[in-house]
Order: sequence, then structure tokens, then C-alpha cells
Amino acid sequence: MESLVASLNSRPPHLLHDNAEENEYEGDASLAQWGSSGGFGNLMGNGVVRGMEMPRVPDPTAFLSHHTDSISSNSQAKIKLAHGTTTLAFRFRGGIIVSVDSRASAGSYIASGTVKKVIEINKYLLGTMAGGAADCQYWETYLGMQCRMHELRNKERISVAAASKILANIVYEYKGRGLSMGTMICGWDKTGPALFYVDSDGTRLKGDIFSVGSGSTFAYGVLDQGYHWDLTDEEAQELGRRSIVAAGHRDGYSGNTNNLYHVRENGWEFLGNLDISDLWYKYEEEKKTARKEKSEAAGTGGVESMQVE
Amino acid sequence: MPEAIQHRFDPYSSNGGSILAIAGKDFAVVAGDTRQSEGYSIQSRYQKKVFPLTSKAILAVNGFAADGNNFVKRVKQRLEWYTHAHNKEMPIKSIARLIQTMLYARRMFPYYVYNVLAGIEEDDGTGAVYSFDPVGSYERETCRAAGAAQSLLQPFLDNQIYFRNHTPAPGQPPFDPSTHPLSTVLSILVDSFSSATERHIEVGDFLEGYVILSPGRTSDDLIGEGVKGVLPEGMTVEEQDPEDLDVQSAVAGKGCRVFLVRKELKRD
Repeated sequence: MESLVASLNSRPPHLLHDNAEENEYEGDASLAQWGSSGGFGNLMGNGVVRGMEMPRVPDPTAFLSHHTDSISSNSQAKIKLAHGTTTLAFRFRGGIIVSVDSRASAGSYIASGTVKKVIEINKYLLGTMAGGAADCQYWETYLGMQCRMHELRNKERISVAAASKILANIVYEYKGRGLSMGTMICGWDKTGPALFYVDSDGTRLKGDIFSVGSGSTFAYGVLDQGYHWDLTDEEAQELGRRSIVAAGHRDGYSGNTNNLYHVRENGWEFLGNLDISDLWYKYEEEKKTARKEKSEAAGTGGVESMQVE
Repeated sequence: MPEAIQHRFDPYSSNGGSILAIAGKDFAVVAGDTRQSEGYSIQSRYQKKVFPLTSKAILAVNGFAADGNNFVKRVKQRLEWYTHAHNKEMPIKSIARLIQTMLYARRMFPYYVYNVLAGIEEDDGTGAVYSFDPVGSYERETCRAAGAAQSLLQPFLDNQIYFRNHTPAPGQPPFDPSTHPLSTVLSILVDSFSSATERHIEVGDFLEGYVILSPGRTSDDLIGEGVKGVLPEGMTVEEQDPEDLDVQSAVAGKGCRVFLVRKELKRD
């Protein structure tokens, strides 16, 4: 009973820096830290890391943005965190398509070209990663734990609406503290395919089409042009892939490879990891062939004369 | 009127140097240079950045040395607690997750440390490299360079390990980054650091690191007869007795063999 009361009394994150002495290493070493609960042994009941340490300065958020480039794009900041992205997801008759790139950049350096920006929360739920890589990875992994707890407590799977709201509530608690994430929570529940956009400002939106990240404008261009509800599975998958290729081609902060997922009634399916450059050349080749066929069918001159406008 | 003085809490410094890890099919290699500098001054020519955690997991830290040393200390403490609770070593996969949560606990006051964790996976005995950003996002990779000379080292690794911008000869199978032999990996390691030393002022003095061989590995090419063919020129190798490793040797997993490798780099 006492432990129950204690767990209900756990402090909200914005008060944690007031008791800096009570951190993991100096006092209050609970049994959970003695190695069990996987790597999450140091979590408190509400998902807050035990002993979340705060710099002892009047304005911790200003401290964070001065030293990292997580909220401001402070290029002078010493601590460079992974940035830049194109992610998209859309709902259609056959479920949800989730398509992302795999580039992480720190300033103009490509820190990684193999980032997994789709986070597999569980068999039915996917989350996407834009903004701070650690923020998305950490909180969406934690969301996975909460979704499992919901299943055990209620003997049924969590709805996408409820799952996305858990995440939105967590990041809202931290509003103004420097978290940076723009994510789409995608899944299939009793209501059918469901898609929510959640970001670190606390925004939570339900919708049919979203694209998030520095390359989102380029992706939207292709996506809106080709989208309608009655797309076939193949058409939808191709549209998701083509939109990321467009963004990878025009946005310097996006690129490398495309990861494609399709969410259906029985959970998500991973459809592959393809090089964006290779895809772009493939699409160019297809355009060339199509144009050639068209001009031959029209009986006009060759490809050369078509190029002169 | 006296000038207004602005005070700012500035707890970070950058200590240069670089680290590098490469995973093979049944081994892993992780190393770093031993120079520590601040600005243009060299503070030390021999300061470790690579630390054994268990008999099959080794952590390299780079960035701000004070944060790095403190972080390694705390990870080791958590691993010691784990061995006391479970009477076994923590698998590398779990160490990676532990490091994520420990880094994220400092999301608002980050450790200025880039971590690269290398070792042998518990379930299948494959070589593994996990790389982290300062606040805990991580990923398993085949190879990773971090630190001051990251932008010199990583493109070379992409080319040599991942075969980026290579094309297989007609009729040849596609390249597979996981099939590099240990001898190739060691010479790539040495060449990358010698080259980084030539072009980066914060890299030099010594190269020091570890080779971890999986229990499943049959060829014994790091010591004995085969050495001449495997070791790059000037590199020394010592097999580590689990007792010598600063780890919980009482519960050390059977079979993994750990070797300390060293090589002199230019000191200017």
C-alpha cells in the first residue's frame, strides 16, 4: 500500500530539478535499478527517468538550447544532435502507408544514412521519427510498454487514438523544456485504419494524410497530386515511395534510403529498404521509356524533338 | 560605471580524439587514439577512451573526457549491480538499452559524449557495434567512427567496409559487409587512424583498442603461427586474461577471447 501511495505521489517532471540530491546514484536506489526491468529499470511509474538531472541554472531551457541544437538550430552548439527528415503516412481504402527516408544530419555532415525512422511500437502500431532522434526513440519505446500494460489490464488492444494521446500527454508535460519531435502514430484498431499526428508542442491531430520534416513540402507535392481514397495497395505503396524519392532528391537534409511499411487489419508489414538514388534513376528511366512510347505511338519524331520546347 | 558582467554556466569542453568500431561475422574490433587535447594544447599523449565492460562488451567514449569517464564509471556500476542480482553478465543488447536510458536521463543536461559499444551478441555470437548520440538515440551498425575525425574516418569505412561506390565485377555476387576477415579489418583500422593522424591535429600518439573473438570462432589467427599474416606492421597484441580485464570476471561468459591491440601513431 505504501508503495502504491508513493507511486501516486511521484513528482511531475518540471519539479524534478528541485530535488537534485534524490537522484539515482546518490540516494533512493530502488530495487528496480538492481538490474531487472531491462534497460528501463530506472524509470519511475510515469515514464520519467529516475533522477532526470537538471542543470542548476535559472533557465534550464536556455541552457539546453545554448549547448545543443535540439530546439534552436543553434549551429554554434557543441552538442550536435541528429536532425532533418522526410516522413509521411496516409490512410486509404487498403490501410495505411508509412514511408520515410533514413538520413540524419548534424549541420552539413551526414551523421547516418541508415536511421530507422519507423519505430515498431508493437505488431499493430507504428510511430515515425522526425526531430530529435532520441526523443522519438525513447518515448515511442516507452509508449510500447504502456500499450502492453493497457492490453494486460483491459484484455484488449489499445486504440490508436488512446495510444497517440498517451504520447501527446507525455510531451505536453514537458512543453517548453526542449523536447523536439514530430511523429505520426499509425495503426489499425476497431475503427479501422487510424492515423494521428503528434508533436512536441502538444499538437495532436487526426487525419488522412501527413508529412513531417524538412522535406515534407516536397513529399506533399507528389502525395497530394497522386492521392485518392480508392488507391489499390500497389498504387498506394508506389505513391508513398515516389513521394519520399521526390523529397530525397530536392531536400538536402533528406535522402539515402527509403523504408516502406503497410498497415493492414492484421498488423503492419515491412515492404523493404531501397536506395533513393537508385529509385530516382529508375523513375527517370521509366519516364524516358514512357515518353518514347508516346511519341512513337503519335508517329512524330524521336525523343530529341520532344525535348525542345 | 562598471561594465555589466554576464555569467554563463559553461560546463562543457571538447577533448578531441576519435574512436572507431567495426563488427565482423564472429568478431568485433573497437579502438581509439589516446591523445587528449584542449584547443591547440595536448594535455596527454596517453589517456584511455576504450573500456572493457564485460568479457564480451567494450565501450568507447569520445567528446568531453570528464563526462566520458564519469559515464563509463556509472555504466560499470549498473553492470555490477546487474551481476549481483542475476549472477550473469548483461548481454550487449541490454547494455545498449541501458546506455540509452542512462543518456536520456540527462536529456535536459546532456553528457557531451558520443558512445560506441562493440562486442559479441549473446544469442547468435555475431559481432555487434551499437552507436549512440549524446542523448541516447541508438542503432546497431556494422561500423561507426565518432569524434573529432569522424568526417575523415567514416567515408573511408563506408568505402572499404560497406563497399559504397564499388561495383561488383560482372558475374560476381553482390558485396557483403559482414564477411570481412579479421586481418582486413585490422589493416583498415590502422590505415584509417594513420591517415586521420596525418590530417587532424587532435588525433595521434597511440592507437589502442580491443579485438573480441566470438566463442564460435574456429580460426586462431591473432596469436601463434598465423600472426604475421594478420597483424598490421607495428601493431602489438596481448591476449587479456579475464582477471586482468576490469570486469566481473567471476561470472564472465565462457569462450569469448579478448585481445588488447596497440600501435604507435605519429606524435607531432
